[in-house]
Amino acid sequence: MTAKELVKLENVWVYHDSIPVLEAINLSIKSNDFLGIIGPNGGGKTTLLKVILGLVKPSRGKVSVLGMPPERGRKYIGYISQFNLFDHDFPISVLDVVLMGRYNKSGLFQRYREEDRKAAIAALKTVEMLDYKDRQVGKLSGGEQQRVFIARALVTNPELLLLDEPTASIDPNMQAEFYELLDKLKENMAIVLVSHDLSAVSIYVNEIACLNHQLFYHGSKEVSAEELEKTYRCPIQLIAHGTVPHRVLREH
Amino acid sequence: MLEVLQYQFMQNALLAGLLAAVACGIVGVYVVVKKVVFISGGIAHASFGGIGLGYLLGINPVLGAMFFTIVSSLGIGLVTRRTRLPEDTAVGILWAMGMALGIIFIGLAPGYAPDLFSYLFGNILTVPFFDLMLMLTLDVVIIALVALLYKEFLYLSFDEEFSTVSGVPTEGLYLLLLCLVALTVVVLIRVVGIILVIALLTIPAALARQFTHSLKKMMLLAILAGVVFTFSGLWVSYVLNLASGATIILVSGLVLFISFGINRLRHRTHEYNRTASTA
Repeated sequence: MTAKELVKLENVWVYHDSIPVLEAINLSIKSNDFLGIIGPNGGGKTTLLKVILGLVKPSRGKVSVLGMPPERGRKYIGYISQFNLFDHDFPISVLDVVLMGRYNKSGLFQRYREEDRKAAIAALKTVEMLDYKDRQVGKLSGGEQQRVFIARALVTNPELLLLDEPTASIDPNMQAEFYELLDKLKENMAIVLVSHDLSAVSIYVNEIACLNHQLFYHGSKEVSAEELEKTYRCPIQLIAHGTVPHRVLREH
Repeated sequence: MLEVLQYQFMQNALLAGLLAAVACGIVGVYVVVKKVVFISGGIAHASFGGIGLGYLLGINPVLGAMFFTIVSSLGIGLVTRRTRLPEDTAVGILWAMGMALGIIFIGLAPGYAPDLFSYLFGNILTVPFFDLMLMLTLDVVIIALVALLYKEFLYLSFDEEFSTVSGVPTEGLYLLLLCLVALTVVVLIRVVGIILVIALLTIPAALARQFTHSLKKMMLLAILAGVVFTFSGLWVSYVLNLASGATIILVSGLVLFISFGINRLRHRTHEYNRTASTA
């Protein structure tokens, strides 16, 4: 089976107050991709995801999601934002959060049907959070909350999963577990995750792109020190934690 | 004490308190969880422009306030969404401009405005029958809209960005929510007055939030709290011969503080017991 193209960005520019945030971005995401996008804070990583989701309109360039404009194509995308930003006292249960993901199958004024609830239960099972379904989401630990938000993104059976700084608010010892989960999910969908934490990302993803207003994308996960320097605008030392030889990044 | 309940004005006052509690219980929960307290305060104060307009046009000032408040809440919603003006700046401007317009309108209106004070600070004992019917109608509208759009409003309040991605029409819903706030302000004007409205929009919901993590239960509890506050405030004001609107607010605030205090103590004993049992 050949990989189909899910997202295509052609010469995309985004300006905030006449300062370019994204410059001439060309990107193609295919159905079997597991892409890590790394770059410094303020380099436009979140903006890039929002462009793909149609939340930010590019000033120039063309975006298509499954051949459609992003506003229509985004129903095939599961999105996990920087989730630690929500109000932790908010009165909402885990199951209700996951059901949010079914909204685009249901719609305005519609009540959820049995199949929506079943899908939500199944998604909670996938992330091993079913026992918590009636708990208030803000009272869970960071890692547990993240699983709930992954379940919310999975509940529509997306073709593409977008994750924004997924490891930012979970304990280091939970991170490995989290990447194992992604490893399982990547069999069924394309995954794009953005992070400023390049060491963790580099072990699990198949490809790495560097983003600092411009995108440096090579279709492999071997990133040269030179390219990293261009991205971060300062010398960077690559640190690889992997022990399996083929997972270790190239020597420089 | 109970013979006072035979009087028509007292029965009307209790009905007004009940109708006010329903509106502020439901909409107040959204005001609190969506954190739109300041914008709601702005909408409430700007409604004074509508009161003035009512005087000027010779119509019921509450009706004037209803139209004026809906227009101003749509205006503030669009300004904060579509322009780069920070929300709190926009609210500050609208807040004062609405009140200024009200003062100009009243100045232009012929004659003297005798019951102006009751629109500012409320007087639950003098709610006319027409206003009671208007409050009832607005309550029905609020309940119907929230019942129809319950999950949409929940999603909007919890995570607006994800809601947009999932196809929830967030901007329209946000404007509708501000209109609900506007309608609630109108319901509450006669009871506690424009200046004190914000307390009834926040206190019952803040109290209810301590006891549940379900939005629906929070609404029911907030309505119940609102009923208890308006009735007991009315009773205290009657016994001590104080202004009814202000008494209702002070009783509500006092109960909220006591509840916060008890909750803190409970948490402390809970933690104490936990550390004691692990030690």
